[in-house]
Amino acid sequence: MSERILTRRRVLLGAAALATSACDSQRPREGFLGVMDRFNQRAQTALFHPARLAPEEPVEQLTPPRDFPHYFISDTVPLAPAGWRLEVGGLVARPRAFSLEELRQLPRTDFRIRHHCVEGWSAVASWHGVRVSDLARAVGADPRAGFVEFRSFDQGYYSSWDAPSALHPQTVLAYGMNGAPLIPGHGAPLRLYSGVKLGYKMVKYLTTVRFLPEATGGTWEDRGYEWFAGV
Amino acid sequence: MHPPEQRRPQPWPIRLTHWANVPLLAILAASGLQILVAYPRMGPRGRPFALYPFQDAMPPAWLRLGDWLAGARSWHFAFGWFLALNGVVYVLYLALSGEWRRRLFLPRRDARDAVATLAYYLRLRPAPVQTGLYNGLQRLAYTATLVMGALSVLSGLAIYKPVQLHWLMTLFGGYDPARFIHLLLLALFALFTVGHVVLVALHPRTFGEMITGGRKPDV
Repeated sequence: MSERILTRRRVLLGAAALATSACDSQRPREGFLGVMDRFNQRAQTALFHPARLAPEEPVEQLTPPRDFPHYFISDTVPLAPAGWRLEVGGLVARPRAFSLEELRQLPRTDFRIRHHCVEGWSAVASWHGVRVSDLARAVGADPRAGFVEFRSFDQGYYSSWDAPSALHPQTVLAYGMNGAPLIPGHGAPLRLYSGVKLGYKMVKYLTTVRFLPEATGGTWEDRGYEWFAGV
Repeated sequence: MHPPEQRRPQPWPIRLTHWANVPLLAILAASGLQILVAYPRMGPRGRPFALYPFQDAMPPAWLRLGDWLAGARSWHFAFGWFLALNGVVYVLYLALSGEWRRRLFLPRRDARDAVATLAYYLRLRPAPVQTGLYNGLQRLAYTATLVMGALSVLSGLAIYKPVQLHWLMTLFGGYDPARFIHLLLLALFALFTVGHVVLVALHPRTFGEMITGGRKPDV
């Protein structure tokens, strides 16, 4: 008589092992959760519409400035180094470094929209700056660059974006908030702001924008937050 | 197709989808509570939401799943598909098998009986009312869970994609009301589950039927 290979005990033990190794909350990009994360990313990409806009909020909806959190990963508010410039490079015809004054000379976009944090809160502010799509035009970004990576001087905080979201009309390099120049707490002199991503994708304290053929990760994405993170 | 009276009390697709709900609902509820911990209040940033009395109250750790926000979101968005799929399979089976006739609440048929059964539970009536597989109150409760399930998925999608599915978020009254409704539905599911388990404990035969399917009624 041959020994039974599939006993109930073995099936249960196997299922338990599979469940614990395949669903690891500390490494949610691996195993079964990782498979589902990639599936969700495809679903989110399919749902994203490049012309769909986050609605403009009425001025009464503005969040009181004290309730709009300041967020950075350094121990103290990061301050721009003297002679700060934004480096723009990668797959572009004319790589160059922009001063804030030069960025202000590019077309300006204004909007007042809701901010969605991954934690579940939302807040409203108005933002102004130059669209990433206008910047892409200014440097002659190659259409084959399917991704854009943003890096900062806040301990190297960074995030990589899919090009359709980065080139969305409501994705700007913001140098102003609520009608005033950006304050250090909110990412001065220049931060990314967008109506189509969760907050952690919007890199503050920008130093570098690179148009790339491949996706890189991100400060939070490398720790397990989802990479696409559209809203 | 058999007329519904000839059927076993619990055909296998009903049993399968019913029991699949147990782990799936537990995973969705527990990972949802872990997500809530990241910002355990309702309402826009800095302003409490008038209808939510538990501002800043954290659900206990043993009720949560996912260790931290990213882990919990991964569990939630991975298994949400399966819970929704399970619901779709159940509804399709109800529709195609004719089971909806003995399970769904039809107001003209069941309203009077639901009231009578409630009166019995409240000790206002001496005898239970018996009307086939389920009484009117059971039909009302089970139909309500279907509606709650659909609303959970829709309110969840609204807060998952408030821009791409903006029309849906507007239907729920905005981002924070949608978030509140999503949590309220969890509370209603928890309430339903408690009542469901208590009533099953009082009527153990139904528990056996939900496992074996039960016997076909004698003709």
